[in-house]
Amino acid sequence: MNVVVCVKQIPDPADPGALDPSTKTLKRDGKLILDESDAYGVEMALQLVTNAGGGEVTLVSMAPNGEVSGLRTALAMGAAKAILVSDDALAGSDALATAKVLAKAIERVEGADLVLTATESSDGYTGTVPEQIAGLLDLPSVTFAKQIQIDGSTVKVQRQTEAGYDDVECPLPAVVSVTAGVVEPRYPSFKGIMAAKSKPVDTLTVADLGIDAGSVGWAGAGQSIVSIAEAPAREAGEVLEDDGAAFEKIVAYLDNLKVL
Amino acid sequence: MALTKIWVLAEASDGKVSTSTLELLTKARSLAGTVEAIYFGGDADAIAGQLGEYGASKVYTTGDLGGALPGVPVANAIAALIEGGNAPDAIVAATSYTGRDIAGRLSAKLDRTVITNNTDLEVDGDKLVTTEPVFGGSTDVKTTFTAAGPHLVLVRPKSFAAEPAGGGAAAVETIAVPDAGRSGGAKIVNRHVEERSGPSLDEAAIVVSGGRGLGEQDKFEMVEELAKLLNGAPGASRAIVDAGWVPYSYQVGQTGKVVKPTVYIAAGISGATQHMVGMKGSKNIIAINKDAEAPIFSVSDLGIVGDVHKVLPQLIEALKSR
Repeated sequence: MNVVVCVKQIPDPADPGALDPSTKTLKRDGKLILDESDAYGVEMALQLVTNAGGGEVTLVSMAPNGEVSGLRTALAMGAAKAILVSDDALAGSDALATAKVLAKAIERVEGADLVLTATESSDGYTGTVPEQIAGLLDLPSVTFAKQIQIDGSTVKVQRQTEAGYDDVECPLPAVVSVTAGVVEPRYPSFKGIMAAKSKPVDTLTVADLGIDAGSVGWAGAGQSIVSIAEAPAREAGEVLEDDGAAFEKIVAYLDNLKVL
Repeated sequence: MALTKIWVLAEASDGKVSTSTLELLTKARSLAGTVEAIYFGGDADAIAGQLGEYGASKVYTTGDLGGALPGVPVANAIAALIEGGNAPDAIVAATSYTGRDIAGRLSAKLDRTVITNNTDLEVDGDKLVTTEPVFGGSTDVKTTFTAAGPHLVLVRPKSFAAEPAGGGAAAVETIAVPDAGRSGGAKIVNRHVEERSGPSLDEAAIVVSGGRGLGEQDKFEMVEELAKLLNGAPGASRAIVDAGWVPYSYQVGQTGKVVKPTVYIAAGISGATQHMVGMKGSKNIIAINKDAEAPIFSVSDLGIVGDVHKVLPQLIEALKSR
């Protein structure tokens, strides 16, 4: 079983984000790390390959400046290899352009049975890329998977819904997006980290993928930012130390609102 | 100036149109001369009255999808309708599980960008302008479309108030669902409705959410018990969803649900920007956290610097004895 996992390398969420005032996009010039949301897909892929008794996990990513540090984390977890698309022409790409690039990169992986993604990235969080990739590849798809099982040439998914979950069956090959918490991602071992340094990362440009540079990045975005403004701030209220009776303050507060 | 026509993706269950659909219809009426709905279910006749009351003059329906996941067949049906010469200026859907699927598929199919996570829509001249909050809601980014329409927009639930306009029932028109071939292969074989004793997270007047400060999974029971006592719904921060303590459906935040209850109680939640964007529209916020520097206190109306393991049990006991 061969599984492709789309992973994003993002600015460390621990650092406050900022918009570049000239381009009005998220600054992405610092060191990037593996999006935590993607660790679930990588772990799921590794488990599916192990359960199938063979095959490998290939990572696909798009990032500026040939960034690989996040990919090395996922390779250290156990992925076999990676394709990285890095090109100045991609700056300013929207979700659809990102999907176009990832779909072209996925097409280069031979014998892929399943493509896994996160539900949404932690920095851009559009949540549309999995379906856009599936649409561009003309593949069936299941989103918001909280459990995945492979049964022959079918993937069986428990899909999160508003009311609970649905059992969904889908023929392979397919695209499946997984929610956080679906599996517990492993920590890379020391051996894994050492091995990851020599695993192949194929770095490609937009031209390598046969994509017209005018259809991605700023040129292809189909949208432009009109303004950026500070949102109205919420005022902080009373803050007090618990002296053992703070719960009474809460009861009185709720009482005052007549919600009890 | 206004747009000529907007399509709103309608969602309904048990013959009742979702609140987020009614919100979108209400807003769409103020932006365009004609508002129509797109629906995917066998009971369009049953909901045509509600859709009309909120401003839709017509509802295009695919009919029952026979167990197919809606993303592919609905996107294909909409694309066929557009190819038939019937294109709106914009297609608007709620940021729901299904809304995102359909918008994503449609985006690829039509080769049109989709602007997501919006909390406001306005028309400037003949252009649709969207507002998206970023950095935990501290900054609003307004965006417009530069390429040809139809323009695709996903809007966060609870961005607008739903108000009826008093119109008659929407005319029902059945639309064809083109054969999707292999891409339409995902089928729902069984549905599971999780037992819920109280109101849903979306609709509860009181929400009690727990975070990493609870320390361990079992302690989430305190959050559930308090929510139940207050006839509210339990919610969670991303940290404990990622840790697998509670399902993704509990998550309040940028990724997850937006809630605007009368009272929001944050227990052991520090207030990462990721979380704040999902709850800072609440009318009243009570926060309990042991770190006095936690960002959650910058948005709370009543902040308790204390241990949730002490405060919550005391609060639960006090409410029980009333």
